[in-house]
Amino acid sequence: MTWEAVIGIETHVELRTDSKMFCGCPTGFGAEPNTNICPVCLGLPGALPVPNETAIRWTIALGLALGSTITPHSVFHRKNYFYADLPKNYQISQFDLPLCAGGHLEIDPGTGVRRVGITRVHLEEDTGKSTHLGGGGRIHDSDATLLDFNRSGIPLMEVVSEPDISTPDEARAYAHELREVVLAMGISDARLEEGSMRFDANVSLRRIGTSALGTKVEVKNMNSLRSLQRALAYEIERQTRLLDSGAAITQETRHWDEEAGITHPGRSKEESSDYRYFAEPDLVPIVTTQETIATLRRDLPELPAARRARYVELGLEAAAARTLVAGPLGTLFEATLAAGAAPRRVANWLTGEIAAYLNRTGGDAGSLAIDATGLAQLVGMIETGKLSSTAAKEVLEGMLAGEGTPEQVAAARDLLQVSDEAEIAALVAAVLASHPDEVARVGAGEEKLVGFLVGQVMRAGQGKADPKVVDRLVRLQTHT
Amino acid sequence: MPVDIDIAKVARLARIGLTADELAYYGQQLQGILEHAALVQALPTAGVAPTAHPLPMVNSFRPDIVEPTLDREEVLAQAPDREGPYFRVPPFLED
Amino acid sequence: MDPADLTIAEAGARLRSGDLTAVDLLAAVRRRASMTEAILHAYLTIDHDGARAAATAADVALAQGRDLGSLHGIPIALKDNMVTRGIETTCSSRILAGYRPPYDATVVERLKAGGAVIVGKTNLDEFAMGSSTENSAYGPTRNPWDPDRVPGGSSGGSAAAVAVGSALAALGSDTGGSIRQPGSLTGTVGMKPTYGLVSRYGLIAFASSLDQIGPITRTVDDAVTVFEAIAGHDPSDATSYRGGVPEVRSTLDAGVKGLRIGIVGELSGEGTAPDVAANFRATVDALAGAGATIKELSLPSTAYALSAYYLIAPAECSANLARFDGVRYGPRLAGRSVEESMSATRRDGFGPEVTRRILLGTYALSAGYYDAFYGQAQKVRTLVIEDFRRAYSEVDVLVTPTSPTTAFAVGEKANDPLAMYLSDICTIPSNLAGDPAISVPSGLDSDGLPIGFQVLAPALGEAVMFRVASAVEQSSGFTGRPALATSAGAA
Repeated sequence: MTWEAVIGIETHVELRTDSKMFCGCPTGFGAEPNTNICPVCLGLPGALPVPNETAIRWTIALGLALGSTITPHSVFHRKNYFYADLPKNYQISQFDLPLCAGGHLEIDPGTGVRRVGITRVHLEEDTGKSTHLGGGGRIHDSDATLLDFNRSGIPLMEVVSEPDISTPDEARAYAHELREVVLAMGISDARLEEGSMRFDANVSLRRIGTSALGTKVEVKNMNSLRSLQRALAYEIERQTRLLDSGAAITQETRHWDEEAGITHPGRSKEESSDYRYFAEPDLVPIVTTQETIATLRRDLPELPAARRARYVELGLEAAAARTLVAGPLGTLFEATLAAGAAPRRVANWLTGEIAAYLNRTGGDAGSLAIDATGLAQLVGMIETGKLSSTAAKEVLEGMLAGEGTPEQVAAARDLLQVSDEAEIAALVAAVLASHPDEVARVGAGEEKLVGFLVGQVMRAGQGKADPKVVDRLVRLQTHT
Repeated sequence: MPVDIDIAKVARLARIGLTADELAYYGQQLQGILEHAALVQALPTAGVAPTAHPLPMVNSFRPDIVEPTLDREEVLAQAPDREGPYFRVPPFLED
Repeated sequence: MDPADLTIAEAGARLRSGDLTAVDLLAAVRRRASMTEAILHAYLTIDHDGARAAATAADVALAQGRDLGSLHGIPIALKDNMVTRGIETTCSSRILAGYRPPYDATVVERLKAGGAVIVGKTNLDEFAMGSSTENSAYGPTRNPWDPDRVPGGSSGGSAAAVAVGSALAALGSDTGGSIRQPGSLTGTVGMKPTYGLVSRYGLIAFASSLDQIGPITRTVDDAVTVFEAIAGHDPSDATSYRGGVPEVRSTLDAGVKGLRIGIVGELSGEGTAPDVAANFRATVDALAGAGATIKELSLPSTAYALSAYYLIAPAECSANLARFDGVRYGPRLAGRSVEESMSATRRDGFGPEVTRRILLGTYALSAGYYDAFYGQAQKVRTLVIEDFRRAYSEVDVLVTPTSPTTAFAVGEKANDPLAMYLSDICTIPSNLAGDPAISVPSGLDSDGLPIGFQVLAPALGEAVMFRVASAVEQSSGFTGRPALATSAGAA
């Protein structure tokens, strides 16, 4: 391989404010078409925008989470282009004075943690939604287009990465991590399937070992982490073939076709990229003071990277920490720790049996019949030897089926482990008495037969005897 | 001072579908106005900050509160074409 | 006296004494309109039903002792670039033919809340672009003083209506002089408030950083009344001033004794008609005679203000008018694609002046030209503001002729956009600076046409501006009314 990819990602994230960016219309997904509309987000003559303060604070907060510099004097610009779902035919966006500049995001694509630089984070308004009639829903063959402006004006953050990404896996890890951050902050639903988080990528190739950048291609329309990964893999391969054959890359915008698994060129005219940015005269600058920054910084929640690091410090495997922070079971994990359970064991149960159960049943974490207290008790019972790990699985099954606390399930299913020394000693004595030959051979140094004798004792105790105690007592009694 | 204008491109950017005659007409008029407007370049402005806005105001925000929306029928009644609850337009050529 | 010729102050007194009803006052104004509209075409739409209902409601309220304020029962006209719910609002453009907005502009809400009776919507240069009210898709408005002449623009319909008596007062909008210049050409008082004092919400934008709504009235006192009714913070306009409206009435009659008044060399020299220049000098002399100190000043950057304005205003307008695309409202021309339909709709819907300015603004903002044109114009704007700041450290107000000439003939400048633009030379600088300014009638020229005298003040300096304007009004003794009003009133 002589080429390496240079990838930068632009991520659009819809904020989950109650009202839109520049007007008081509600933002809820799935409302009846053209009901969440007013003069402002419909671009009616005479209407004026007024910025949503919460959206601005959240964007600055994300910048702080990413280590950005907060622009002291930030400005909204008009980005001018004609498009039927853009009511004013300009988008209120930001240009040379975005709310946040610089920063980085730590990602872990599975090959070790690394940093991806953040160029900027800015705030803009979303467009309306178009549905193409006829032509199988495809844009170019349709007979007409229907417009719904409910989405028009929903606050949209744009996070631009540096071209620091070189593989589809890294791209996916970056997108995943960014999603984790906004979810942890509670500023977006980041629902990929609803389009509240969307990705565009700039891809170019360069010869390995060189630093000169190749021609950039913009890939759009990737609506899931998987399609981001697939589209980039396709695009890298496409460009590699072209370059290997001596052809040149055309600078263009290409659209990812999920079904066909290919990217194809868009049909925008070249001039549409002359956006004629100028400062939005209907708005005044945003000045962010050090006090505001300090307040927003103080109010930041624990971010996923910090949380993962904390879990690893608690003794969790990196993979388990990742799963718990990213997945739906993180909250239950925290609560179980708070109930005093041993972190590593809780993590094992959550990422093992309980995650498998959720997978199998398709249920969500909130509807589990198990709570933090129950899980902590279960783990405690294993620690104190009241349950063998095999029995514990059965107890968990009962708990998940709603049969009660671990004590109740274990008692009802008769799974409590016998740890009483005297009781086990009697059992061991009885088994050893019925296996004099083996006992003699152990005495002669044939140590491997200890395992056989332990197995016989376990069987005699119907598996409820604590195996550690059994092992110790078998050795004690055969070696005297 | 002659000013260089690609009037056809300007009209396309402005989405105004002018005929060739109209393009020539407006091109010539813009030329005249811009030559006068280019006077602004005669004033030395090194070190002068641009003014986008006469007001020295900052931070004009609204709280994140939901307000009443418009009646859909009243709005769609003004649309040149509609289909059910939607605005209807001819197909898109560009994307 | 025909009630249509009353000032707001006079009509208000008679309404409250029971001498006159709002319904009768409206009837008088409507009668005046019916006798003059065929000649003047000041109105695009007269809201017969709405006005009658409002006048009736005003009478009922007064009878019940509910007095909504100085505009209670007063018939007022609105320039047709302020949206009115359910009442056709076109900006004199074909592109908005038949458009009935689903909401009221903030100023409309304020007028209604103050008991005003909105007579109708007045003609303007399409999208407020022009200085003659000839650029209207629905035909020009003519000057009541001489129907062969223009009333000025772009608020020419509002100015003509007030001058002739088909409204007691009107609202106009002023982006580069569009209230003051028609005020000057029709013998009415036209005032542009400090940028941000009157909400722009519902004003169909021409150039957002320059536009401001203001009153056109027959007296300075009436201008104060309307200004007080419409000014104030509006949370729907992010550029609306939050610091409160200056109190102006208590000093209105304080005279000019002890005030320092500046004359600007650059704004009262070449191109000014001899009669206008003579009247200006006489008015200044009268102010000096009344105790003001007169000082000559130079504002060198104002020589570039016109050029800067004709880059900034078109640039903003090119974006503001992008929304008129035939998708959500207004007529649409067919096309095989939405792009084609938009291009055809916009070509057909905009008149030549609007098209010219959209193209100009698009060019000035486009890649490669931004710094040389728009960027440079914004720096000139800074210099204009600095010039004014220096001037106001030496004087309290500045005065100029409002317009270099009196009303010109219909068609005279229609084919020479540059000549038309030059007639805004004295009014444009205060829009660039965001400062208040007012035009007061100060006499007639040798053709019997009104001349306007302009008073400029620093931002939020409305009190001293109105005070000087009131002094000019008194010293000039101008009470002239156009012949058309007199003959219609006598009929």
